[in-house]
Amino acid sequence: MLRWSIGAVILVVIIALILIRPFPFLFYPDLPYVGFLGRGLYIIILASILSLYRILRGPTSADRLVAIDILGILVVGLCAILTISTGRSWYIDIGIAWALQSFISSLALSKHLEGRGFDE
Amino acid sequence: MSSIIGLIFISLGLAFDFFGCLGLVRLPDVYNRLQAATKCVTIGTCSILFGTFLVVGFSAAGLKALLCIVFLVLTAPVAAHAIARGAHRAGVKLWKGSVVDKYAEDKEGEI
Amino acid sequence: MKSRIVLFIVALLVWSLLNWVPDWQHLVVGIFIALFVAYMTGDLFVKRPHVLKHPLRYWYFLAYYLPVFLWECFKANVDVAYRVAHPRLPISPGIVKVKTNLKTDTGLTFLANSITLTPGTLCVDIDRDNGVLYVHWIDVKAKDVESATKIIVERFERILRRIFE
Repeated sequence: MLRWSIGAVILVVIIALILIRPFPFLFYPDLPYVGFLGRGLYIIILASILSLYRILRGPTSADRLVAIDILGILVVGLCAILTISTGRSWYIDIGIAWALQSFISSLALSKHLEGRGFDE
Repeated sequence: MSSIIGLIFISLGLAFDFFGCLGLVRLPDVYNRLQAATKCVTIGTCSILFGTFLVVGFSAAGLKALLCIVFLVLTAPVAAHAIARGAHRAGVKLWKGSVVDKYAEDKEGEI
Repeated sequence: MKSRIVLFIVALLVWSLLNWVPDWQHLVVGIFIALFVAYMTGDLFVKRPHVLKHPLRYWYFLAYYLPVFLWECFKANVDVAYRVAHPRLPISPGIVKVKTNLKTDTGLTFLANSITLTPGTLCVDIDRDNGVLYVHWIDVKAKDVESATKIIVERFERILRRIFE
């Protein structure tokens, strides 16, 4: 219960800092919704940091594999947000290619985890 | 109007992504982490992509976002299924508070 | 031959979605590439092409399967968010065994994907010969086979049997 309270307070403080903080000049400021999407980008980065914690800390290799798979899906959402906020449509191409590559690498690594060869 | 609905979809997806990764940190063993993370992050990312489609409209990026939704919904559960099966075959134990494990009982004689 | 035609149409559709807005140069290159893909892949992609000619199956997919699936996905996300944010983690996990009547590959794949994306369940392994699925359940309500089958599988199996069998 004590750990839960400390963690909840830390997360609420981080999200409040993200929402209050003025927006840096990362994108073109004349495009619409840039402030909202920039704050959303920070929340995705926070989620990626949580899954990186699981990659570094995970007790077994299966935990690390789960976190790598999830990180691959998060990047697709990040590419989608970058598509709107910069107005360049080729970011979503990176998203599609990343989703393909992440799926194939997850399958290959889980076969390796199972202890079989790649040809079965 | 459609861009406002798209922004609502995007914020919903961001909240789901965040809760999924929080589950990845908090839950106790591989299978529970896989459940929380796969469900929340897949549907959250699909919601972000659908919001992108609503904001951008019927242009190149919007249609590619729809294609990406179909692809993610078809492949992410398959990857989760493969990881769970591989982890169980590799001998990762369930959490100590688990109730029942029919899979280990049935696979006892084979391995 | 029929399955190659289906694969050609699917490949051309994906190509023209990837190169939107289609002009005639993109379409000519796309037709050649889709022909090549259909020739190389052959019968691997669609095993039973006569299923695809049935228009009622598309109607069942759009009108019965899709709303149920989206609503269950939304419930699953709210459920996971509640369990994760609760201070004491209200979970009692376990792997249970359920039975299914579906026989085809596509039907089993869609059933496993639906189980994975709906509240509290994750498909671990499929035994095709006996028609048995092993499902990891985050909050076990029933340990024996029949009642677990009734809770997890039945609402999707009824719809999917009409679509894919």
